[in-house]
Amino acid sequence: MTAISASAGAASITVPSGLAPDRTYPARRALEAVGIPLAALVIAFVAFSIFLLALGKSPSDFALLVWKGAFGSWFSVQNTLQRAAPLLLTALCVALPAQLGLVIIGGEGAVVLGGLAATVVALPLSGAPPVLVQIAMAIAGAAMGAVWIGIAGALRALRGVNETISSLLLAYIGLALFNHLVEGPLRDPASLNKPSTWGIGEANMMAALPGTELHPGLLVGAIACVLCWVLISRTSVGFAARVTGGNLRAAQLQGLKVARLVIAACALGGAFAGLAGMIEVAAVHGRANASLAAGYGYTGVLIAFLARHNPIAIMPMAVLLGGIGAAGGLLQRRMGLPDATVLLLEGFIFVAILASETLYGRILWFQPRERRA
Amino acid sequence: MSLIMRATRRQMLHGLGASGLALAAGLRPRPARAGELVVGFIYVGPKDDYGYNQAHAEAAAILKTMPGVKILEEEKVPETDDVEKTMESMIELDGASLLFPTSFGYFDPYMLRMAKKYKDVQFRHCGGLWSKDKHPMNAGSYFGYIGMGQYLNGIVAGHTTKTKKLGFIAAKPIPQVLINVNSFALGARSVDPSITTQVIFTGDWSMPVKEAEATNGLADQGIDVVTCHVDGPKVVVETAEHRGMYTCGYHANQAKLAPKGYLTGAEWNWITVYKMFVEDVQSGRPVPNFVRGGLAEGFVKMSPYGPAVSETARSHADAVKAEIMKGGYSVFKGPLKDNKGNQVIAAGAAYPETAIQIESMNYLVDGVAGSLS
Repeated sequence: MTAISASAGAASITVPSGLAPDRTYPARRALEAVGIPLAALVIAFVAFSIFLLALGKSPSDFALLVWKGAFGSWFSVQNTLQRAAPLLLTALCVALPAQLGLVIIGGEGAVVLGGLAATVVALPLSGAPPVLVQIAMAIAGAAMGAVWIGIAGALRALRGVNETISSLLLAYIGLALFNHLVEGPLRDPASLNKPSTWGIGEANMMAALPGTELHPGLLVGAIACVLCWVLISRTSVGFAARVTGGNLRAAQLQGLKVARLVIAACALGGAFAGLAGMIEVAAVHGRANASLAAGYGYTGVLIAFLARHNPIAIMPMAVLLGGIGAAGGLLQRRMGLPDATVLLLEGFIFVAILASETLYGRILWFQPRERRA
Repeated sequence: MSLIMRATRRQMLHGLGASGLALAAGLRPRPARAGELVVGFIYVGPKDDYGYNQAHAEAAAILKTMPGVKILEEEKVPETDDVEKTMESMIELDGASLLFPTSFGYFDPYMLRMAKKYKDVQFRHCGGLWSKDKHPMNAGSYFGYIGMGQYLNGIVAGHTTKTKKLGFIAAKPIPQVLINVNSFALGARSVDPSITTQVIFTGDWSMPVKEAEATNGLADQGIDVVTCHVDGPKVVVETAEHRGMYTCGYHANQAKLAPKGYLTGAEWNWITVYKMFVEDVQSGRPVPNFVRGGLAEGFVKMSPYGPAVSETARSHADAVKAEIMKGGYSVFKGPLKDNKGNQVIAAGAAYPETAIQIESMNYLVDGVAGSLS
């Protein structure tokens, strides 16, 4: 609530007397947040089209196939959403600490360890009601992820260690630990040529969302995004986090418990990444093995930056990248383009969106009327 | 600033036009030509990796020349639910009715799920896990006994080495890999029992940096012949050539990468299998569910000898190969000790490549330096 009253107060002060209030400004401000990324997408696509033309391939065929593969049918839409599902949660692992100005890029470690912890908890519980097993798995996965990224937060807050480097190195350690446990003490001896843990059992697998083949991870991810948005923009804790991100010294002078905020934001982000790992195990793989390290943690970094760390914007961005991934196969098959084409398109989009950051606040039409005068 | 605005608006219109076009045309279905068999290949890595994936892609390229066959290919598909969607996309959007997911990790649970969902589509998986009691009848598996190829590699390496020290760069200590390491070492020791083989495990199927480090490490130890079992032997073979070592190839022919040092190589010859499956489907015969073969069956072949291979080495390897071609040849026979001194095969016992006993191999034979954990 602090956030709202502060900004409302500021707005009422800056309106000069004698001028009619700028009624369309809130709408224009919203349009700025949507219009600039859209324009960046168009520019990225135009640049990519030039690249395609240079290769002698047709950009319109390309656009058609992306459409068809990503959104053109119910099957394609499900394909896109399924790929987007784990990315919603892993992007939050980046976006939440980013409110405090932290750059956490090691979500992958929390994903694999979260998935492993969830599996380990499920094994002795076989026979218990599936709902209980799933809840226990979710708690274990989230807790493991929270601890892992929380370590990076604690190192930052208490020892001043750079969180970007420490989270990345922790991801490598997490992966090594994961491989050691899956290929060693926790290995099901029957999994000869693809080392895996024992399965959690068919009964404990999460069912698809009704009427679809999508697993519940999509719903969990979407709810988590909305909750995080509320947390960041509608609560005093979120406000404190943003103050800290904006000016650390000012936050400290205000008496905000910065160290606690840093550790909590990292732990919460890590909990979401760990939950993503748990859902991969409980809804997709049924056991923990190398398939968990599919790079969702790293793609989450990309999405969080594309969404400018806004949890609501994470949803369309995850769908965008999910859609490009879903269309990737069709592009290979129909146009004879190598898989790297998809990476290249993602690269164009990433650069265009990051470059467009400089436009915010500079296109006057989007600004309050008094600033244009 | 207004200039930026106008440009943006124009580009937005352009973008809207393009997406409208895509909407209209994206709904156009692609009709499969009558009588045409659509076959889908799925690879876990790039199809030009000089290795595992290229071996399959080379066979796919030969299939393309057969009448009435249309080949779909998709590379770099991860072993997650992504591969389910790739299979589904090939079936739903391109009308595939015979699918070859070629990576080991695609089988359970991903391919099995798709086989249950699409009962009219034939799924054949590379790796050899299908069992009649557990798995759908429209699924199946095929694999080749390539250990004999590594045994022949070992014989040629044993004749070529001057330092009596060989190297083997391996991905993971799983049975399939251990059979190759041990076969290579036993082949070399059949030439000279004083030859040792140093094995290095990189931990994963595609770790180019570690593979290069391992090769350099082996060269520094005075090892002069090296072979490998990783997805893409390109890095190992090229690095070895730079260091003046000899190499034995694996998966595909790498002679081009090492014109001086390439001795010979154990290659897959997948066209034998794929042609058989395609002809069975085309003629309406039942498609076998479980297919295996080695050198004698034409599933595996040897690279032509390189310039560094001596006449003695050739005649020795050719003689053993002729014996193998007769069938029933045993590389693993008692008394055999592992490299810790434990007897692993009792005197009098002999296991040919088809023996179930070697499918769960969990030891390194005497003469191999290295450890499994």
